[in-house]
Amino acid sequence: MSAGVTPSQTIGPFAAPCLTPNEAGKTNYDWQQLINGNLVTPDAEGERIRIEGCMFDGEDKPIDGILFEIWQADGQGRYAHPRDPRRTNSSFKGFGRIESNMDGTFAFDTVKPGRVPGPNGAMQAPHIVVAIHMRGILQHLFTRIYFADEASNAEDPILKLVPADRRDTLIAKRDGAGGAYKISFRIQGNRETVFFDI
Amino acid sequence: MSIVYPTDSKKANPPFLYPEYKSTVRRAPVKPLVLVPHTLSELTGPVYGHEAVRETDGDLTKQHAAEPLGERIIVHGRVLDEDGRGVPDTLVEIWQANSCGRYTHVNDQHPAPLDPNFTGSGRVVTDAKGHYKFTTIKPGAYPWPNGPNSWRPAHIHLSLFGTAFTSRLVTQMYFPGDPLFVLDPIAQSIPEFARNRLVSSFDLDQTVPDWALAYKFDIVLRGRNATPEDPD
Repeated sequence: MSAGVTPSQTIGPFAAPCLTPNEAGKTNYDWQQLINGNLVTPDAEGERIRIEGCMFDGEDKPIDGILFEIWQADGQGRYAHPRDPRRTNSSFKGFGRIESNMDGTFAFDTVKPGRVPGPNGAMQAPHIVVAIHMRGILQHLFTRIYFADEASNAEDPILKLVPADRRDTLIAKRDGAGGAYKISFRIQGNRETVFFDI
Repeated sequence: MSIVYPTDSKKANPPFLYPEYKSTVRRAPVKPLVLVPHTLSELTGPVYGHEAVRETDGDLTKQHAAEPLGERIIVHGRVLDEDGRGVPDTLVEIWQANSCGRYTHVNDQHPAPLDPNFTGSGRVVTDAKGHYKFTTIKPGAYPWPNGPNSWRPAHIHLSLFGTAFTSRLVTQMYFPGDPLFVLDPIAQSIPEFARNRLVSSFDLDQTVPDWALAYKFDIVLRGRNATPEDPD
């Protein structure tokens, strides 16, 4: 039997009371938040990092109320998922979810992911996959975050598929040694972020 | 068995740019999306099982001191893959307006009453065969600032993970016979062949006598067996 997939619809403007009800500095709703922006678990090996970002529209104005979701491997490049045969040995889940603030900013606290296998045996550079949900888009956007201080970016099989002059939109840069990684997403305009069709 | 996530399946999705839904004009990507192969990063995804939800999270009528006002309903169905197999142990999250068409969200300023006994948030995990079930209140229609006299049909928002980041789905379920469905640019943005997949069906069999009407809504996520079925 073959069944047709259920189509996507916009997340709309009112998801916060269900998906991100308890975020600091915001209206809190009477519902327990299941997933938040801090992915770190005490037993997770690897470098603790913070990723700070902002999303802008085509006129370079920050967009608030966006749901950002990130999915990543642990510090050794292992996904907490049955399809990864090298299963993580910690309680690190690798999934985070946060709503952007009124000024369009967001932040995740996590560990820097290790390298994971890519197509045809090539290893991928450390990266995080991102799903962006917001009012005004009818299906969510997929993108990735890479790290500027990783030499392996040059050989990453996915980055190689991105036009060279647009790769920079996917790369988070560190604010001095030990500082947060920063990345700006842009939905339109000259520096529009690379979004993936997966 | 090896599960693949055919790109073709995405043809059921609405486009990014659909000018009748005005916000899409400023929010649709302009440059082409980059097609990438599915790596382990796309073929894995978050796993939230039964430990993540409380038994009461699936009943939106029992989250406060008293019952919310409105028409009590049951919304149920199965989460399936493209081969029609149930997707077990996967998180289903829902949110909705109250029976008057008002969300708890502080930004919703529609002049309809809030209900102190209704937050409008629910979540369950599917059982071994992919079944899910919520008890809630039928949401009301409400106006929205898309154009003159624009109204959203009654709907429930749903969020699902499935078996991989590739199968992530956020969608909306509508009710049968709603006159606003054909006028709603968000619903009408879906290609015609797939549009009615978002309309639930009235289910007399699961309707509980003297208690609540039932609506059935099956959800199909991307993912099918890599080995093609034999044609018969």
